[in-house]
Amino acid sequence: MQSKHKLFNFHGGLHLPGHKEISTGQAIGDVFIPSRLVLPLQQHIGESSEATVKEGDPVLKGQIIAKANGYVSVPLHAPTSGTVSQIIEQPVPHPSGLSATCIVIKPDGKDEWIDLDSSADYRQMDPSALRNRIRDAGIVGLGGAGFPSFIKLNPGAKTAIDELIINAAECEPYITCDDMLMRERAEDVINGIRIMKHALQARRCLIGIEDNKPEAHAALKDACSKLGIDDIEIISIPTLYPAGGEKQLIKVLTGKESPSHGLPLDVGVVCQNVATAAAIYQAVTYNKPLISRIVTLTGEGIKQPGNHEVLIGTPVDEWITYCGGYHDSIKRLVMGGPMMGFNLGTDKIPIIKTSNCVLAFGEGEADAQEQQAMPCIRCGACMDVCPAQLLPQQLYWQAYARDFDKIQDYNLFDCIECGCCSYVCPSQIPLVQYYRFAKTEIWALERDKKKSDRARLRHEFRLERLEKEKKEREERMRKKKAALKTGKDEKTKDSKKDAIEAALERVREKQKKSQTQTKNIDNLSAEQQKKIDDIDARRNQEQKDSTS
Amino acid sequence: MLEAILTMSLLAAIFGVILGYVATRFRIKGDPVVDKIDAILPQTQCGQCSFPGCRPYAEAIAKGEADINQCPPGGEATIVALADLLGLDPKPLNPENGIEAEEKTVVYIDEKVCIGCTLCIQACPVDAILGAAKQMHTVIASECTGCDLCIPPCPVECIHIIPVEEDISTWRWPSPTQAGAEITPDTQTTVTE
Ligand code: SF4
Ligand code: SF4
Ligand code: SF4
Repeated sequence: MQSKHKLFNFHGGLHLPGHKEISTGQAIGDVFIPSRLVLPLQQHIGESSEATVKEGDPVLKGQIIAKANGYVSVPLHAPTSGTVSQIIEQPVPHPSGLSATCIVIKPDGKDEWIDLDSSADYRQMDPSALRNRIRDAGIVGLGGAGFPSFIKLNPGAKTAIDELIINAAECEPYITCDDMLMRERAEDVINGIRIMKHALQARRCLIGIEDNKPEAHAALKDACSKLGIDDIEIISIPTLYPAGGEKQLIKVLTGKESPSHGLPLDVGVVCQNVATAAAIYQAVTYNKPLISRIVTLTGEGIKQPGNHEVLIGTPVDEWITYCGGYHDSIKRLVMGGPMMGFNLGTDKIPIIKTSNCVLAFGEGEADAQEQQAMPCIRCGACMDVCPAQLLPQQLYWQAYARDFDKIQDYNLFDCIECGCCSYVCPSQIPLVQYYRFAKTEIWALERDKKKSDRARLRHEFRLERLEKEKKEREERMRKKKAALKTGKDEKTKDSKKDAIEAALERVREKQKKSQTQTKNIDNLSAEQQKKIDDIDARRNQEQKDSTS
Repeated sequence: MLEAILTMSLLAAIFGVILGYVATRFRIKGDPVVDKIDAILPQTQCGQCSFPGCRPYAEAIAKGEADINQCPPGGEATIVALADLLGLDPKPLNPENGIEAEEKTVVYIDEKVCIGCTLCIQACPVDAILGAAKQMHTVIASECTGCDLCIPPCPVECIHIIPVEEDISTWRWPSPTQAGAEITPDTQTTVTE
């Protein structure tokens, strides 16, 4: 089934040296269990998960240790059995080098699974049940961004999906984890793709794979014929960075342009990564959660480069030591690839769900980061290579001038940070750094704006509340005064005397009542009667005295 | 035909109700210029501008009774934005009103020391302090504007200023210019020999 598929070109792009052979020489390495596993609660785009275990709790492999928190969130599972030793702040893989809350597990070495529900057949499950299962397994996009996969598989009842596009391009130099996965586990990939196709009810399915991966291509083809599948097209595309960018891949395979600020969904396309497909197959069919992934360890600073299946939470330093360690020539450690990755200040951080590659640059490898930037000469080279058809030089100037309104007019947020512009810039201006800086500044401004809007509302609310309280107080005062006033008007001038008189009247009334009511004064002797009369007379006299 | 008329009148009635609701619910209080100025002010409500809150200051600016450089929490960015809005020239912050803070702060109450006098609650312009009489008080950090108005009234000095800590979700990439690459885009003319 040779591809007769019509291909399109995206704008710009670069032919980069691949450096892929460094890490494809050997089979995927086995899982090893490190001395501790550090699992950040935030490993995906969206709300971080919420810990459901506490320090000291025993956990089994595959057990949920943190639950999803809100819609855009997924649970987190224990990658092996052991004990929760700590829940603390730990450095995590992030360009900031900051720490975040992590669950630390001390493995017991038994690697004992929880009871996995019996396996299931996706054909018997409706799309919503499938999505739930994928969510419960904690699966996020393994291609890099880490968006919860079940959401992408939920296009909404009204949106018909024309194409499910599987991203097997793996266009960034050095990274080979998808390549190796396809070579060794092609059937998992194909089975996962069928599940996604079923969940999306997609009309057709295209796999886009760069032509520098003939072994993987062949493996996928074999898997298809072995499984008797003919509704998945495997399409070889020219190797051109960044063909694996979502919008670029969609353009190459379908000719469709995703709108600026829009999603592939807007043009009837859903794009998923091959490793995500394999994880979905494991989750749906065997109910196995996402607790490990394949990671590339490469670069000239590494003694034994290759790909390994690594438990999520494995500390990078322990893993690299396990794999043979660093060469002395190591210069710089990068998480991700050379174009889109970020520098690591330390190797004491864990592998997380979105870690695809750890790259250790050696002495010999060209390092643009050390070159001194020069003034822009307006050559336009950056514009020619930009796959998002932006004007990188304009973006740079606006970012430099901190004009964060204008920079958005130049569609800053369409920039995929591919790094092509920085790569070609003859002045070695760190262009992407400027865009990353501008993006996070804009987000910070937006957060400030939200906060100040809330403060305004709260302040207005407080003023209203104070005003209301004041009014209520005034109202009460007014009522009291009014009551007093009306009382005065009704009575005569010497109302005080009248009031006393009225009170006395009441007392007398009471006395009369009590007298009439008292029954034990019937049948009294004359003497007794006289005594009572005397007392009464004296009392009346006393009362009269006191009032006069 | 009748159907069409009915539909149209029904729609008109519905929209009338909606508009009425919107007009009362989201009523524009007063002057739109004041609203625009108020939208730029940081809503710290600290009173350092010498007005009892951001909106009164906005009103004073709109009336021409106050200058645009009196808001220390907003600092340079606010002055520039105000100048832009009003077609004026930006000027440095008036030192009489204070100096622009280097970092954002909030306050926290040392709960062991707090005697529950409620004085701070009465001072807080955004109701960011929780507590009742004779019970310890707590600041809702996410709502605190860092205006520090609650600090002077506290009789036991248990309210402390702390910087807002950066975490992964609020972290910002540093500007490459800060990192040493001091190249202005405009120096490009000097390169061509
Ligand atoms: S990093 Fe952004 S601006 Fe530069 S080439 Fe890539 S998409 Fe274009
Ligand atoms: S490639 Fe560099 S020097 Fe050339 S126009 Fe772009 S930013 Fe300027
Ligand atoms: S808690 Fe104190 S510093 Fe924070 S907003 Fe309220 S009064 Fe201002």
